Amino acid sequence: MLSIRDLKVSINGKEILKEINLEVMAGEVHAIMGPNGTGKSTLASIIAGRDVFEVSGGQVLFDGKNLFDLSVEQRACEGIFLGFQYPVEIPGVSIVNFLRTAINEQRKYKGLDPIPAPEFLAKMNEAKKMLDVHSNMTSRSVNEGFSGGEKKKNEIFQMAMLQPRLAILDETDSGLDIDALRVVAKGVNELRSKDNAFIIITHYQRLLDYIIPDFVHILFDGRIVKSGSKELAFELEEKGYDWIRKST
Amino acid sequence: MSNDQQNILDEVTSQEYKYGFYTDLEMDIFPKGLNEDTIRALSAKKNEPPFMLEFRLNAYRKWLTMKEPDWAHLKYPSIDYQDIIYYAAPKKKPELESLDQVDPELIETFNKLGISLDEQKRLTGVAVDAVIDSVSVKTTFQETLAKHGIIFCSFSEAVQNHPDLVEKYMATVVPPDDNYFAALNSAVFSDGSFCFIPKGVRCPLELSTYFRINAANTGQFERTLIIAEEGSYVSYLEGCTAPARSENQLHAAIVEIIAMKDAEVKYSTVQNWYPGNKNGEGGVYNFVTKRGICKGNNSKISWTQVETGSAITWKYPSVILQGDNSIGEFYSVAVTNNHQQADTGTKMIHIGKNTRSTIISKGISAGKSNNSYRGLVKVIKRAVNARNFTQCDSLLLGDKCGAHTFPYIHNENSSSIIEHEATTSKISEDQLFYCKQRGIDTENAIALIVNGYAKEVLKHLPMEFAVEAQKLLAVSLEGSVG
Ligand SMILES: Nc1ncnc2c1ncn2[C@@H]1O[C@H](COP(=O)(O)OP(=O)(O)O)[C@@H](O)[C@H]1O
Ligand SMILES: [Mg+2]
Repeated sequence: MLSIRDLKVSINGKEILKEINLEVMAGEVHAIMGPNGTGKSTLASIIAGRDVFEVSGGQVLFDGKNLFDLSVEQRACEGIFLGFQYPVEIPGVSIVNFLRTAINEQRKYKGLDPIPAPEFLAKMNEAKKMLDVHSNMTSRSVNEGFSGGEKKKNEIFQMAMLQPRLAILDETDSGLDIDALRVVAKGVNELRSKDNAFIIITHYQRLLDYIIPDFVHILFDGRIVKSGSKELAFELEEKGYDWIRKST
Repeated sequence: MSNDQQNILDEVTSQEYKYGFYTDLEMDIFPKGLNEDTIRALSAKKNEPPFMLEFRLNAYRKWLTMKEPDWAHLKYPSIDYQDIIYYAAPKKKPELESLDQVDPELIETFNKLGISLDEQKRLTGVAVDAVIDSVSVKTTFQETLAKHGIIFCSFSEAVQNHPDLVEKYMATVVPPDDNYFAALNSAVFSDGSFCFIPKGVRCPLELSTYFRINAANTGQFERTLIIAEEGSYVSYLEGCTAPARSENQLHAAIVEIIAMKDAEVKYSTVQNWYPGNKNGEGGVYNFVTKRGICKGNNSKISWTQVETGSAITWKYPSVILQGDNSIGEFYSVAVTNNHQQADTGTKMIHIGKNTRSTIISKGISAGKSNNSYRGLVKVIKRAVNARNFTQCDSLLLGDKCGAHTFPYIHNENSSSIIEHEATTSKISEDQLFYCKQRGIDTENAIALIVNGYAKEVLKHLPMEFAVEAQKLLAVSLEGSVG
C-alpha cells in the first residue's frame, strides 16, 4: 500500500530524514518510535504533503501512485489521513460542518454525490457512540478551546468518520490519560481491517499495550535503525533510548 | 506566504462577478446633468405634491454649498456630477394589474437574480419590493400586509397615497444637510421603499427590497423610510446588484428607521453591487447614509450587513439611542478583494438612560484591496449607565491588502462602560494544511474558514439570506489565501 524508498528530506538545507525505507501493506499496523526531534513528524508531514520540506531523494508510492505528484487534498481523497500532533483551531467552523465538507469533497473526488443528511447523521452518531464523544462536541468549532485530550479525541473521531485506508497518528497518545488512551485505541482497533493500514507514531510503549502493532520501527537521527515485532517496543522501554544511541 | 499559495490566491481572487449582465429594457431617460430644472422635471414626472418639490430644491441648494467629504480612507477620481443621468426608469404600462403586465425582460432580470416576483412561487414569508434603476417595478404581497394595516410600497407610491406620513417622518433622522451625499440624495432621489408598521403589529413576513442598477451612466438614489410604531416588529432585507460596466456608477442612498416605544426593527443588507474588474476598472461608488432612531423607550434597532460589492463603500449604519433602555446593534462583514476599497462602520449615539449598543465588525481583505472600520461611540452627559461593546476584527488574505481601524469614543458620562476589542489575523498555513489534509481544496478551505470567521455576524441574518450570504462570501473570495 505505502512504499517509501530511500527517502531523503531536508529543511533549509538541513537533512532531517536520511534514507528512509518502509513498506506498509494493507491490514498492517506499524509503530514508529524514537526520541524527540528525530524526524517522526517530518515523515508524517511528507506523506501528507506538507510543502515546507524539500525532498532531496527517493520516492513514496501509495498504491503504486507517486505521492509527490498529488496535492495534499488529493492524497487525503486517496485515503491518507494524518492525525496531527498539534491540531489547529478553526474558529466558527463547527465539527459537523467541517466533517460534512470533508466527506463531500472526498466523495466528489470519487465521483459520488454528496452524502445524504440521514446517512451522515447515522454515521456520526455511530462514531460518537463508539468513541464516547460528548453529544455537544460536534457542534463546537473545530478544536477551539479544546483541551489537549479533546483535540486528540477529535482527531480520532475524524478518522472514524473519514474511514481512511492509511491513517498516520502522530503522537496521538501524548498527554492523554488512560481513559482517553483507551478511546484512541478503540478507534484504531474498531477501524482496523484487512483493507487498511496504520502508522502509529508514539513516544512510549504504553499505547502499544492497547494497539498491538505488527511491526515496530525505531527512528533515530533521521534513519530507521531497527525494525522488529512488538517485542522491540518492550525492549526499547526496558533499555531506553540510550541503548539505541550506543548501538548506532 | 508560499509562492504556490500566492498563485492560487491570484488565480482565484479573479473570480468574475455573476450578476454583471445587462437587460435591454425600454427606458425613459433624462439627459445627463443636474440643475433646478432637472429636479423640477423629476418631481413633475412623479406627480409630486408641492412639499416634495420644495424639499428637493432646498436640499439641492444646500448641496451646492457643501463639499464632498475627504476624510475617509478612500482614493477615487473626483466625480463629475454633471456627467450623470439622474432619472432612468423602465417604461411600463400604466397601472399594472397583475404580473402578466410587467415587462417580461424585467421578470427575466429578477429571475436571473434569483428573486421571484411571482407571488405564487415565492419564498415563504418574504414580501418583495423590486427597484430597478430609479423606479420601483413591483411590490409583492401588498394585500396580505394591508390586512395587518402594514404599508409596504415604493416610496413614490407612499408620496402619492400617504403624503402625510411621508411629510411627517421623512428626513427626521437624516436631515438633507446631514452630509454631501445625503443632500444630493434628498434633491434627486427617485424611488425606494416605504414601510409603516402600525402599533402592536408584528409583521408576519420578512419585507425585502431588491435594488438593481441597470441603465448606463445612471446614478441610483433611492430612499427608504421605515416607521415602526409602538410595540411593533419588522424584519427588513435589502439586496442589491448591478451590471458589470467599465465606467463607475454612483449610488447614493438614504435609509431612515424610526422605532417608537417597545418597537423593534431588524435591517439586513446583502450589498453586492458590481465591484469592478480585477484591474480595478468600473464598479459602483456606494455612498450611503443609513441611520435609525430608537425614539421610544425600550426600542431596538439592529443593522446587519454583508458588504461584498462596490468599488468604493462609504457607509456607516448608525443608531441614535434616544429612548431609555433602547438597544442599538451593528453586525457587519465587509469583504474587499482586488482593488475594492471599503470605509465602513457605525455610529452609536447614546442619549437615553440605560442604553446599550453592540458592534461586531469583521473585515476581510484580499487582493490589493483596502478595508477600514470606522466607528463612533458617543455617550452624552445625561445618558447614565450606557453600555457599549465593540469587537472589531480584521482578516487578511495575502500580503498586498490593507486593514485599518478607526474607533472614536466620546464619553461624557462616568457611569458608562465602553469596551473595545480588536484583532487582526491571517488564515494560517496550518489551518489550510489541516483542511486540505481532510480532502478540502484551497478554495473551499478558505470559504469554510472565512464563513467561520464571519459566523457571529451571519447568524443574525434571516435564514434564506444567511445561506445566500455564505455563498457570496465564498465567491467573493474564491481562492484567496493568507
Ligand atoms: N518547520 C521546521 N523548520 C525547521 N526545522 C524543523 C521544522 N520542522 C522540523 N524541524 C526540525 O526537524 C527535526 C525533526 O523534527 P520532527 O520531525 O518534528 O521530530 P519528531 O517528530 O521526531 O520529534 C528537528 O530537529 C526539528 O527541529
Ligand atoms: Mg513529532
